[in-house]
Amino acid sequence: MGALGLPFSEEDGGMGAGPVEVGLVAQEVGRVLAPEPYLAAVVLAGGVVASLGTDAQRAEVLGELSSGNLHLALAHAEPGRRWSDTASSVTATLVGDEWRISGVKEPVLHGDAGTLVVTAALPEGGTGAFLVAGESATTTTATAYDGTRVSRVVLDGARGVPLGEAGADATEGIAVALDRARITACHEALGAMEAALAATTGYLRSRKQFGVPLSTFQALTFRAADMYVAVELSTSMVWWATMVAAERDATATREAAARAALQVSRAGRLVGQEAIQLHGGIGMTAEYLVGNLKAHLTALDHLLGDGSHHLRSLAQGVAAYDALDPLA
Amino acid sequence: MGWAGWTELQRHLWHEEMQRAGVPTPLPFNVSMIGPVLIQFASQEMKERFLPATASLDIWWSQGFSEPDAGSDLAGLRTSAVRDGDDWIVNGQKTWTTLGQYGDWIFTLVRTDPAVKKQAGISMLLIDMTSPGVEVRPIQLIDGGHEVNEVWFTDVRVPGENLVGEVNQGWTMAKFLLGNERVGVAPVAMVKRMLGRAKEVAADQLDDPVVRARVAELENELLALELTTLRVVAHSDGGEPHPASSVLKLRGTELQQAVSELVVDLAGPASLVPPDSESDLPLWARRSAPVYLNYRKASIYGGSNEIQRQIIAGTILGL
Ligand SMILES: Cc1cc2nc3c(=O)[nH]c(=O)nc-3n(C[C@H](O)[C@H](O)[C@H](O)COP(=O)(O)OP(=O)(O)OC[C@H]3O[C@@H](n4cnc5c(N)ncnc54)[C@H](O)[C@@H]3O)c2cc1C
Repeated sequence: MGALGLPFSEEDGGMGAGPVEVGLVAQEVGRVLAPEPYLAAVVLAGGVVASLGTDAQRAEVLGELSSGNLHLALAHAEPGRRWSDTASSVTATLVGDEWRISGVKEPVLHGDAGTLVVTAALPEGGTGAFLVAGESATTTTATAYDGTRVSRVVLDGARGVPLGEAGADATEGIAVALDRARITACHEALGAMEAALAATTGYLRSRKQFGVPLSTFQALTFRAADMYVAVELSTSMVWWATMVAAERDATATREAAARAALQVSRAGRLVGQEAIQLHGGIGMTAEYLVGNLKAHLTALDHLLGDGSHHLRSLAQGVAAYDALDPLA
Repeated sequence: MGWAGWTELQRHLWHEEMQRAGVPTPLPFNVSMIGPVLIQFASQEMKERFLPATASLDIWWSQGFSEPDAGSDLAGLRTSAVRDGDDWIVNGQKTWTTLGQYGDWIFTLVRTDPAVKKQAGISMLLIDMTSPGVEVRPIQLIDGGHEVNEVWFTDVRVPGENLVGEVNQGWTMAKFLLGNERVGVAPVAMVKRMLGRAKEVAADQLDDPVVRARVAELENELLALELTTLRVVAHSDGGEPHPASSVLKLRGTELQQAVSELVVDLAGPASLVPPDSESDLPLWARRSAPVYLNYRKASIYGGSNEIQRQIIAGTILGL
């Protein structure tokens, strides 16, 4: 359907679509909890290649990715560090004219991929990004609590091909890709929240206790109403951030991504927790939908920066402006 | 049970100290639930038969109250017990039976008179889980663990002497038991220990004002709950729980959940890595998300938090 190539330009073998189309796909992925590595391979790993790669690298890697021939993963997070745009314990060194990458990346989403995009600290400072063949890393992959596959990737002098200009600091380009991925993760969360709300209202109408449907108890229907409020507010924020990403610069996108992610973090918790609570015991079971939606919402929330993380960065700036204007 | 003659307050303090030390506390099904019911309602003969084994854990008890269609509306239960000579023949299904896979005996609520008002036709029966016709089936929860079960009864023959108290007196005993269960599920010391441990493992994040504010807020809420617990316990007399015990269940479970949520947030991306995988990340962080998901149960079982609010509104506030 071309979904894999949506974010990439036609010259690079993609569909030339943008964040809006990517968001729509991500919402569907979230709604049905599709176990596809869309966020991991296309948006995160592909996004770093798109923002940093040379013309030739983009055409080759993104073309293969778009056609479904290449499994790509971004190895960026490192043990002992929280969300960051840079790499530190994984390092790149120049041996002769070859770059060698060493260190541990964890957690890596779907890290058992044919090609890895690995970020690494550069000898002269800054962070670079490299293409590394999957087989030159030692990868152990396990299934996370929400069903996502996560890997520990150990690199021991693996050969890396610099993405873009060799030795140049790529932090900016990595940040751009991470911000876009944040917005995409928000779309996935929106899909999951909508599904959780629908399941909950359906359950309140059908489950009987005390001889009447649960929807007879106002205490419960009001809580479903609050879930709806949270979903609607999130929808507005996420689509606004998506428009900003489609039309504005990296700085504006960064702030919009943080605002959307904060809203969605709070909403995802409320909606996920209430969905389980309003279902009672059945909501706790592995075979029932809402528990799985809640698990995935929790994972999305902790993947690229949770609400407190974004609140912290937003709080630092509040003294610098009078009031927020979404169109400014 | 080692606390014969203790006041409620002494018993509570001892329990809290056990939790603070991280020592496994006595099995609540034995000590907080069926034990006190037997003491209060059972015949002398039944007490002599069951209480020593209950105290020494020679019997591991399970609680067989809930059914698929009778959760919050417990009195709607349908598992039936029908007289056959001196015996009862039990048919039906219980669900959510915690740790039932280890259970030797199960205390159940069964319908002994379908003709009367639903609360009036219920009795309490003790059933040996090795009896023919008893089947325990596992239920997997969202953290991947197995702690609850379905228990099926097909023509299970239960000796008449296993009836607790009188026929059709079960609802009175159930209410007594559930009141005690509520007191037991506000594990203040355990939550305090979780929070203390969170501060320890994430010490480097305490520089962050957002984290510090959240910890301080939780600590204050926990202090308020601890003081309230002491007040409630000190005023519980004659085995009757203080009416405000619903506050303990409500707030205790909310705080337990809030602390487990803080811990996943402290773990951040490390929370995505499963506990049983080969990893460079600390185990507390890898366990944090399953623990957080698992604690969603706390506001559902033992009388859901909505039911606690209803008790507060109805029984205490008279609304
Ligand atoms: C992990 C776990 C362990 C358990 N262990 C045991 C055990 O060992 N033994 C045992 O017997 N049971 C056990 N239970 C069962 C537990 O007591 C029930 O799940 C609980 O009573 C809720 O019933 P339910 O799941 O049928 O939800 P429901 O009663 O269907 O409730 C669904 C939702 O509606 C709300 N609700 C229901 N009625 C009202 C009302 N009148 N007003 C407002 N809100 C209402 C509930 O609060 C809940 O949010 C356990 C449950 C869990 C999840």
